[in-house]
Amino acid sequence: MRVAIAEDLYLLREGLVHLLRAHGLDVVAAVETGPELLKALTGDPPDVAIVDVRLPPTFTDEGLQAALEARRRVPGLPVLVLSQHVEQLYARELLADGSGSVGYLLKDRVFDAAQFVDALRRVAGGGTAMDPEVIAKLLASNARSAPLGRLTAREREVLALMAEGRSNAAIAQRLFLSESAVGKHTASIFAKFDLAPSDDDNRRVLAVLAYLNAQP
Amino acid sequence: MVAGVVAGHARAFARTTLLLAGAVVQALMSVGTIVALVLAVGQGMVFIFAPLVRTHRRVTALARRRALAWSGVEIPEPYEPPPPPPVPDAEGWYRSDRVLYKTPRVPAFNQRYKWLLGDPATWRDMLWIASDSVVAAVVGLLPLSLAGYGLAVAVPWVTPVPWPAVFAVPAGLAMTLGAFMLAPVLLRTHAVWCSWLLGSTPRARIARDMGRLARSRSDALDAQNAELRRIERELHDGAQARLVAVGMTLGAAHDLVRADPGAARTLLGQARSESAAALAEIRGLVRGIHPPVLAERGLGDAVRALALDSPLNVDVVVDLQVRPTAPVEAAAYFAVSELLAEAARDERAERVEIDVSPRGMALRITLTGVGAPAPAVLAGIERRIGVFDGVVVVGREGVGPPMITIELPQALAHTTEGTHPKMPLSKSIPVVLGWSLGWLPLFPQGFVAGVNKIVNPENRSWFLALYLPEPMQWPFIGLMIMLGTFLYGMATALPLLHSREHGTDACAPAFTYRRR
Repeated sequence: MRVAIAEDLYLLREGLVHLLRAHGLDVVAAVETGPELLKALTGDPPDVAIVDVRLPPTFTDEGLQAALEARRRVPGLPVLVLSQHVEQLYARELLADGSGSVGYLLKDRVFDAAQFVDALRRVAGGGTAMDPEVIAKLLASNARSAPLGRLTAREREVLALMAEGRSNAAIAQRLFLSESAVGKHTASIFAKFDLAPSDDDNRRVLAVLAYLNAQP
Repeated sequence: MVAGVVAGHARAFARTTLLLAGAVVQALMSVGTIVALVLAVGQGMVFIFAPLVRTHRRVTALARRRALAWSGVEIPEPYEPPPPPPVPDAEGWYRSDRVLYKTPRVPAFNQRYKWLLGDPATWRDMLWIASDSVVAAVVGLLPLSLAGYGLAVAVPWVTPVPWPAVFAVPAGLAMTLGAFMLAPVLLRTHAVWCSWLLGSTPRARIARDMGRLARSRSDALDAQNAELRRIERELHDGAQARLVAVGMTLGAAHDLVRADPGAARTLLGQARSESAAALAEIRGLVRGIHPPVLAERGLGDAVRALALDSPLNVDVVVDLQVRPTAPVEAAAYFAVSELLAEAARDERAERVEIDVSPRGMALRITLTGVGAPAPAVLAGIERRIGVFDGVVVVGREGVGPPMITIELPQALAHTTEGTHPKMPLSKSIPVVLGWSLGWLPLFPQGFVAGVNKIVNPENRSWFLALYLPEPMQWPFIGLMIMLGTFLYGMATALPLLHSREHGTDACAPAFTYRRR
């Protein structure tokens, strides 16, 4: 799998390159700035890009803008965005085109290399990887909405993991449940939300996120 | 409509008559004041002074309210703020000049005395009471006597003029009508005259502004210091301590890696989670110092991000073409953030609308659906935005939802610096014409023509007026003088009004007209 990396801090960039190579991934580009990133992504699109939100030359959301622009030019280009902080606002912008293949994680998640590479593969495969903190914020800001109040505690846990982009199998493993039990929980969540059930992990995430975002 | 105009003039007429009554009171007061001053200064009865000034201030306060209510002329109070109460020294003594006192009574009296005596507004008040007794008398007598005389002329059996009734009745009625027409103009003129003596002088305004600036500066410094101390404490007790723990755990793992690889793995896992916790703490701290989303996206998106994170249903409308400076953005952001957090605690709050938009050079943020926050929170917000002369207004419009408005004047001034909007041609042409042509009617055709008419009426020279029939000559000269004065007045007033409209006038006006 061919990976492009955009990160301005040398140590972190080299660390990522080592980590990915150790997991057998092929790093085709490791760039520092927004314009370089855009060139790397649109010239010869990699299988997945890892992008830091804040990049030179402006040190604002240069990386995010470059990633969004690249996805406009190359629809569905898988992008995993890394940041020191997570915002629902950015998550929405990444998910807005509804085509999936996006990830948005805190930089801390790199600590757990196996999980990080797993998330990267998920994004490259067309899935999503939302940081647990984004989901926590999303659920907290919907805490007063009625449908969320109707969920049981277990259903909430399943919902949070589902919204992160995890498959039923991964959720089952995480919560020490059987896959069929997770299936029952997701069906119940979809019923309570009045959403059509779906087995496609990605479509399911988008449906849930869109639903929560639309809630007053 | 017509009835309203008639009633307005009648009211103004009645008020000029009331002014007359006021003039009598003020004349008596002036005499009393002179007596009191003689006693206070000449006989050493200084204790009279404070009650005297207090009485004056009550009377002038009435006159200020009157000017606003009757003529819409707002006259701000010019007085210097009262001195703070005396503070005892370490031994419990109160010092006044070089004398120490056991109780604060005498020092407080001395302070008040100096405060009242040293305030120029005290003397301007006295001057106003004395001189206004004459001015108000004239303003009051003029319409009253004109109307009275007109009525007398109109009534045939008391008329003082030997005119036939056909002339006398309309002429008398016209005079009475004229008196009513004149009344509002006189009333307003009187109010403007009052503002001249009762309003604040530039010196008083500057003194007041300086007091406010000193206060907001020390507030800002205090707040900044407290903030730095908080950050230091949180780094020291939080992230720093955690990093020490990470180092120690790594050290232990290093020692164990050969002897007990399993335990070393556990320790490494601990170190990892410990460093994640340190990162989370630093993230929280950074958010409190300067939120990353604000740095990355500016105020509009930062407020949108706040709205998304809020459990309330928040709608955000942002209309900002340019970014305010970073400190203003931060102050506005934290104000909104604190208000939203407060609103989220309020069970009744549901829908919130936030509007961020420019008002001329000011930045205005309106939060609809947010009730009054706790006083401590409000004070914190006021301190934060006070540095930028910002104000918070809490209230509601009629029966609508509660509202909080934050206004930061001059927040967007940096964006229009040097690009002060130029006067449109419709204004600049009259200004040029006024300056270039005003002299023509004013001097050669006005004053000089008048002087020439008195001194040497035979020499008509280039004076247009003198070629007219005799009865028209003086009115024409008067008209020319008025025309010249008007041209110069217009040429002066238009640029002033323009700069005031576009907020580049550094000095606030001595009085302001309030639209009613």
